[in-house]
Amino acid sequence: MNIWLKPHRIVLLLMALALVVYAGLSMQWDWVPRYSGLLLHGIWMTIALLITTCALGFLLAVPLGLFQVTGPKPLAFACRGFCTAIRGTPLLLQLWLIYFGLGSLFPQFPEIMDSFLWPYLRQAWPYALLSLTLSFAGYEGEVMRGAFAGVPAGELEAAHAYGMKRMTVLRRIWLPRAILRALPTLNGEVVLQLKSTPLVATITVVESYAVTSTIRQETFIIYEPLLLISLIYMVLTAISVVIFSYFEKKVPVHDV
Amino acid sequence: MAPANREDSVKAIEVIDLHKSFDSDEVLKGVSLEARQGEVIAIIGGSGSGKSTLLRCINMLETPSSGTIKVNGEAIEMKSDGRGGQKPANRQQVRRIRTRLAMVFQNFNLWQHMNLLDNVIEVPIHVLGRSRAEALEYADTLLKRVGLSEKRAAYPAFLSGGQQQRAAIARALAIQPEVLLFDEPTSALDPELIGEVLSVIGDLAREGRTMILVTHEMKFARDVADTIIFLNEGIIEEEGDPKALFDAPKSENLKRFISSVT
Ligand SMILES: Nc1ncnc2c1ncn2[C@@H]1O[C@H](COP(=O)(O)OP(=O)(O)OP(=O)(O)O)[C@@H](O)[C@H]1O
Ligand SMILES: [Mg+2]
Repeated sequence: MNIWLKPHRIVLLLMALALVVYAGLSMQWDWVPRYSGLLLHGIWMTIALLITTCALGFLLAVPLGLFQVTGPKPLAFACRGFCTAIRGTPLLLQLWLIYFGLGSLFPQFPEIMDSFLWPYLRQAWPYALLSLTLSFAGYEGEVMRGAFAGVPAGELEAAHAYGMKRMTVLRRIWLPRAILRALPTLNGEVVLQLKSTPLVATITVVESYAVTSTIRQETFIIYEPLLLISLIYMVLTAISVVIFSYFEKKVPVHDV
Repeated sequence: MAPANREDSVKAIEVIDLHKSFDSDEVLKGVSLEARQGEVIAIIGGSGSGKSTLLRCINMLETPSSGTIKVNGEAIEMKSDGRGGQKPANRQQVRRIRTRLAMVFQNFNLWQHMNLLDNVIEVPIHVLGRSRAEALEYADTLLKRVGLSEKRAAYPAFLSGGQQQRAAIARALAIQPEVLLFDEPTSALDPELIGEVLSVIGDLAREGRTMILVTHEMKFARDVADTIIFLNEGIIEEEGDPKALFDAPKSENLKRFISSVT
């Protein structure tokens, strides 16, 4: 494709190629086969965490954004408070509060220790999942608030004028229209979420970053695992961008 | 053929002593009108005279402060809102009546996340409960009729204003409405696009649809309307046959208005 053939692009491509060749020849990669299983597990964990927390977080973000626009006031206030609190504190802090806080609270209740949930609650990943989900919901709740509020009133009015029930208006017009408006921002937030996932390594969840740490500790090789993991994050980012821009291009929108 | 007896035909819309205030600002000050089945009523008047508000009260997009709206003889039930005003008593009734009145807006208000075809079949499927096949078949006929068959898969953002308004008219016709309500359907259009939309509306008028049309296109109003209503500062100042009204306006305000727009 000719977009790759512009002079500055060719230069950049050649430089990237040179870097890869240099890295391949002069650096140490013999550890890769030995750790391939662990690496794949880490990458899988990163992807799984990213997808589930974005999906669950988004499900929470829809009512968080909607209630801020529609009220009733106390509910709007509570939703706004939640989003502000999440966005105003470091994710690392939230993660630790949830992991060490809930994690030390639960064992005090015999009901919980006896329940079928206990085998899961003893592990770290449910806390990572919860914390990343709430974080995404907080940021996205704010985005959805703006998106709901920004849907042109005339389109909603037309829906009402044709006899739609309020729930139908929400389901068929308001929500899809708001998501469409939020898509470009959502894309950015998903990428940010991806880059937040390494934090869960601090509560012993084994994802991509934790795997590189393990490799470093066991082999004393520092740069190569970090380079590899950077590459993986870049590829995941690129995939997310491609998916989102596909949907953004599909439905062009004029906002009046 | 004997002229149709006006008193005999059914009143599709009847507005009785309608008042509407926004806060302390009384915008409609006792408006009464009726549209018989098959009748085309054009509402004219200066900016801010209350034309849109009147039209929007008819399908309850605005809640009248007092007065009665009847559709095919059925009065929309109102109740006190506890703050000295009133509100619809029965949301279900309002929704049912709305599916019989189709509104065409100045800014089209097509749903931007759907292509034209989906815009047209949306209400038949999701409000009227028609089958998809049935809705699609009828939408096809309608899009053909407004000259947009080729554009059925296009999204509104890709279309000219004239095309969007014609699509909005197809969306209105898709519910097989008893009355069409137009609020300045050509005011947002570039001059060269007005003709194509007026020609579609003119055809609808001539085929005997009941229509209430707010417009600034005086020549068009004169051509298609059975009755013209001149609204001035929230009251109907003059009303009647287009020819009589335009050629021999009685009130000073109407004289001034006509000379200002022609
Ligand atoms: N939602 C509202 N809140 C407050 N005032 C309103 C509202 N809608 C309309 N008005 C006021 O009511 C008056 C009549 O408005 P309306 O839109 O009915 O006029 P119009 O005859 O349709 O004018 P135009 O030709 O400019 O469309 C105006 O003074 C307007 O400012
Ligand atoms: Mg108006």
